[in-house]
Amino acid sequence: MTVTPPQIFPLSLDGVLVRFGQAFTEAANARALALHGALLASPPKGFVESAPALAALHVRFDRTATTRADFEAALRARLDQSADAAPRAPSRIWHIPAAFGGEDGPQLDDVAARAGLSAERLVTQFCETDLSVLALGFAPGLPYLGTLPENWQMPRLTELTREVPRGAITTAIRQIVLFSAPSPTGWRWFGRTAFRPFDLQADQPIALRPGDALRFHAVCDTDLTALEGAPLGGARLEVGA
Amino acid sequence: MTLTLTILSAGPSVTVQDMGREGWLAAGLARGGAADRLALLEAAALLGQSTPQAALEMAGFGGRFTFGAPTRIALTGAPMRATLEGEALRWNASHLLPEGATLEIGPAETGVYGYLAVAGGIATPPLLGARATQASAGIGHRLAGGDTLPLGDDPAPDAPLLTLPEAHRFKGGTVRVIEGPQSAYFSEDTRARFFATAFPARAGNRQGLTLGSEEPFTTRTGETILSEPITAGDIQMTGAGLPAILLAECQTIGGYPRIGTVIPADLPLAAQTPQGATLRFRPVTLAEAEAACPPEAAQLDALRAAVLPLRRSGYDTYALLGSQLIGGAIRGDEEEPWRAGLI
Repeated sequence: MTVTPPQIFPLSLDGVLVRFGQAFTEAANARALALHGALLASPPKGFVESAPALAALHVRFDRTATTRADFEAALRARLDQSADAAPRAPSRIWHIPAAFGGEDGPQLDDVAARAGLSAERLVTQFCETDLSVLALGFAPGLPYLGTLPENWQMPRLTELTREVPRGAITTAIRQIVLFSAPSPTGWRWFGRTAFRPFDLQADQPIALRPGDALRFHAVCDTDLTALEGAPLGGARLEVGA
Repeated sequence: MTLTLTILSAGPSVTVQDMGREGWLAAGLARGGAADRLALLEAAALLGQSTPQAALEMAGFGGRFTFGAPTRIALTGAPMRATLEGEALRWNASHLLPEGATLEIGPAETGVYGYLAVAGGIATPPLLGARATQASAGIGHRLAGGDTLPLGDDPAPDAPLLTLPEAHRFKGGTVRVIEGPQSAYFSEDTRARFFATAFPARAGNRQGLTLGSEEPFTTRTGETILSEPITAGDIQMTGAGLPAILLAECQTIGGYPRIGTVIPADLPLAAQTPQGATLRFRPVTLAEAEAACPPEAAQLDALRAAVLPLRRSGYDTYALLGSQLIGGAIRGDEEEPWRAGLI
């Protein structure tokens, strides 16, 4: 897939936005994640933090430690390096139990109909898809997951759902958003998990990182209820070499 | 005698705020912190803090407060009517309050966010590395009557009481704007019209301030755009084509097109613009913006150089009382018994 050359813009006085595409593609997202990884592995002088979005990276620098010109030059050097790097296999894989349909996902039949599958087949397809964390945003720890097969290409709802609960699994445009707190949304709600992407009481309040791989595992509603009090809501993190 | 601040009653949005938390952007959490960062720098200068400490931010209305020990405070940001046991206290100044007295802070006279800072800082347990409340994200909560907050030790309880010249950023005005990643999505004509328009402020909150406009502002194509990183100061055009300035507690990724970014030095004025006041925008180059925005440490140095002794008058009778409580009984035959504590 072709990727447009990255563009660098100022984002306020202490920030840079590196854009890898004006539309979401896995290639653009992978390049944003690769630069994020390169900056964390070898931070240039004045680096403060970086944050991937779907097809861009926000990089912040300390104005008292460097200048924009110097910082952008260091960024371009890492861009060249990270462009050549082979995509790395994700080193962290999450396994997350979830229940689908009924009270756990009232819009499952709608999603299935739009995807051209029975509800049962849709859940099977969903749980067989290797997903990854494209970005965290909208709310703390809230993951955008992708990318689902083409039959999941469906628009947002024209009318917002007034509130989906904590743990709601929702979809639009071949992506998944997993809510850590009750929220209104225009995405279709078809499943639920006891896993909380943001939990201030947890050792790691924000569990997921951009680039993490993720798979859902279907459980029945009563099993999910039993997992409500379990650490990470029953989710399991597999850390590779 | 304990170092505490007790809230007897509070306006609708009184929260603990500091300079925010860095390092969480990748996790979807913006820096947050004080809506008017300059007000915390002013408080630090008035209280002799080496860096700004956590303080109470009061949106629109203060509340009634009392302290468990004599406490040096500073009042900064949007001027509010403040009284100690009925005696007026000067805004933009530090005061020494006696244990148990009631500090009453009323509505903002102009502006939006007033600050009540204490010399030792509010010492609530840090969450994710900072004390800043981000209620929209479930980090901390709005304070209410009955809440008691721990305070840090005053590193210099006998420090002179000080004041700063009146600030002028509470009635709207003109803010400077640099180009951002999406400015080019708007036509030259649209941008020219934007910079020629006087916008009435609508009601805002810590996430952003929406402005009114008779004519909407849209991108060249009008198409929806991919969500991208956003930051405080960004001016986004909402679905209705109205400008909204993102403030401290904004999200980290957003899908509304952004015409530019208010420079950090002018964000306090933007955040403090009350409903109905007028805001205008003026384009500046990056170099002009750099020159207009010294780092916060340099701003604090400049404020330290600008503080003046708070002259004693009727309004700080209780500050006098406070100094007596700290310094022990006064003999009454000193020429100026209050001078050591008050100047």
